[in-house]
Amino acid sequence: MKAFTAHRGLVGPMDRANVDTDMIIPKQFLKSIKRSGFGPNLFDELRYQDEGQPGEDCTNRPLKEDFPLNFPRYKGASILLARKNFGCGSSREHAPWALEDYGFNAVIAPSYADIFYNNCFKNGLLPVMLTEEQVDILFKEMEAEEGYQLSIDLPSQTVTTDSGHVFRFELDEFRKECLLNGLDEIGLTLKEADAIKQYETERAAQHPWVFGAIK
Amino acid sequence: MTGRTLYDKLWDSHLVKQNSDGSSLIYIDRHVIHEVTSPQAFEGLRIAGRLPWRLDTNIATPDHNISTDKTERDAGVAGMTDEVSRIQVQTLDDNCDLYGIKEFKINEMGQGIVHVMGPELGATMPGMTVVCGDSHTATHGALACLAHGIGTSEVEHVLATQCLVAKKMKNMRVTVNGTVGVGVTPKDVVLAIIGKIGTAGGNEHAIEFAGSVFRDMSIEGRMTVCNMAIEAGARVGMVAVDQKTIDYCEGRQFVPKGEMWDQAVEYWNELVSDADAVFDTEVVLHADDIAPQVTWGTSPEMVAPVTASVPTLEEQSNDEQRKGLERALEYMGLEGGQAIESIAVDRVFIGSCTNSRIEDMRAAAAVAKGRQVASSVKQVLIVPGSQMVKAQAEAEGLDKVFIAAGMDWREPGCSMCLAMNADKLGAGEHCASTSNRNFEGRQGNGGRTHLMSPAMAAAAAVAGHIVDVRSFVYKK
Repeated sequence: MKAFTAHRGLVGPMDRANVDTDMIIPKQFLKSIKRSGFGPNLFDELRYQDEGQPGEDCTNRPLKEDFPLNFPRYKGASILLARKNFGCGSSREHAPWALEDYGFNAVIAPSYADIFYNNCFKNGLLPVMLTEEQVDILFKEMEAEEGYQLSIDLPSQTVTTDSGHVFRFELDEFRKECLLNGLDEIGLTLKEADAIKQYETERAAQHPWVFGAIK
Repeated sequence: MTGRTLYDKLWDSHLVKQNSDGSSLIYIDRHVIHEVTSPQAFEGLRIAGRLPWRLDTNIATPDHNISTDKTERDAGVAGMTDEVSRIQVQTLDDNCDLYGIKEFKINEMGQGIVHVMGPELGATMPGMTVVCGDSHTATHGALACLAHGIGTSEVEHVLATQCLVAKKMKNMRVTVNGTVGVGVTPKDVVLAIIGKIGTAGGNEHAIEFAGSVFRDMSIEGRMTVCNMAIEAGARVGMVAVDQKTIDYCEGRQFVPKGEMWDQAVEYWNELVSDADAVFDTEVVLHADDIAPQVTWGTSPEMVAPVTASVPTLEEQSNDEQRKGLERALEYMGLEGGQAIESIAVDRVFIGSCTNSRIEDMRAAAAVAKGRQVASSVKQVLIVPGSQMVKAQAEAEGLDKVFIAAGMDWREPGCSMCLAMNADKLGAGEHCASTSNRNFEGRQGNGGRTHLMSPAMAAAAAVAGHIVDVRSFVYKK
């Protein structure tokens, strides 16, 4: 997995609450059997005037000019500033894949839907959780200043603005370690193979119907 | 020691290892696989040179992107007209064949929407941990399972290790006591709950649904409720075991028989929250306050009783709410203050993992019987949730009722719930839908979804607009 330690980059907005994963990456793109290439279709319905199709070259599709991420000033954004309950709905990991493929390294929002939040960590995409007030401050600063950048530091768990704010964010120790070191979580779990086997032996003695039913 | 909740019990019995950093290793009993979220997981296994940890835990079926049209379905995977979808279904078949994973293939008896198929085959049983690369996995919690959706990386993790790294959630209990009125269904109950706590209300919680309304409900009804726990933000929804749970499981294909059945039942009967268990969050509703519900906006929390009107900007308490409402009304093409019953529908969809079980088919057919779809309605899709539901419905003659009313009787699959196949809305079209999400574009680019129960959707098909099934059907 891709590691994340620190990042400084241009901030782009997604200024609405309850952004769902259908919005992040619409269903027609879920037909792909690949993990990459979703970036051009990130926020497809909000971003383009026409309906996108999988495999289509997006370079000449007509853009919706009122969609902020299409504004020239946000071109190249690598930090997405968002509102509460970001990533709700479908469990599709295509959502973080699309954000990452588009060029985002981090999302900042007051809260996230559980499955989306979890999926981000598997893909080196850092979902930063700040308070609503802090996110409001960042939105105001971003709107006021073209080329607005933020610095995110994972070891110290901070977001720093050029105006001098330092906002600390929380995250689980295990997730932080995995992200910092780009650890292979499956490999880590497989180190516990003996514990898993022991659990299975004990469980099979107690609840034998859980094992062997499906053939 | 204080008592444990049902969730605590399920968690404790699947704990493989508690790590010092607060994370835990949790054992997964059942893994349900479909075509859309698994190909990258299988590929990940191959790239890492790993094999599935255990085969007899996995059960697979295609459901999300397959056609519901009989002619196309009869042609099998090879006959799928959408080449990108065909490759995806073929990839599922190939992966299952390669590793020896039990798959119910596209037209095989047993195939169906993953969350209809699992319980009806007895593949999901009380007390299990159940995961699937689909957020509506919470459905299986109706059988007192700890069931939740996972992303594709975790699909791979479960395939490779039979475990997940997890953190224990908080306990929430949603209690609804009383008796619901005629025409008020499990769908209305869960929509009312979402309306009350909001689409993020259950974030970081596992919800247990408790109270007489859920005890009185069939297992199918409980599945409808647990299915939409995720629409209230909770990955997990559950109902404790009672005699209905045991009766539902008995005799199903994969449940134990004989002595092992008795042993299982003895254990399953323990799967209830202790009387002195403490929940982190408690929510209480009363059945008397729940009318048939309809969503008018673009999030499941944007819901109202069918007798109400669309909210107005003036009623909103802050700017954020006004902005959200304004955007939703614009997308939905509605005016604040407009009566819900005045909304005309272009298409109707009865199906999805929320409402495609036999009871849902019966409820819709009871409304459709002897009536005709309004001439203004372009299409009414009736999509049974599985081959078994389809066969049962046909044995009861429900297909003939639908066809006589001018509705389309289709082949099992997810269909227009997420519109990955050809079943979709056109831009601007309003749909009375029994599915679970009314997000922008969910049922087709620019489509406008109104979530409701099967009886309400069937009534809308006949009336040509949203209508209170209680006055429309039961008074005539």
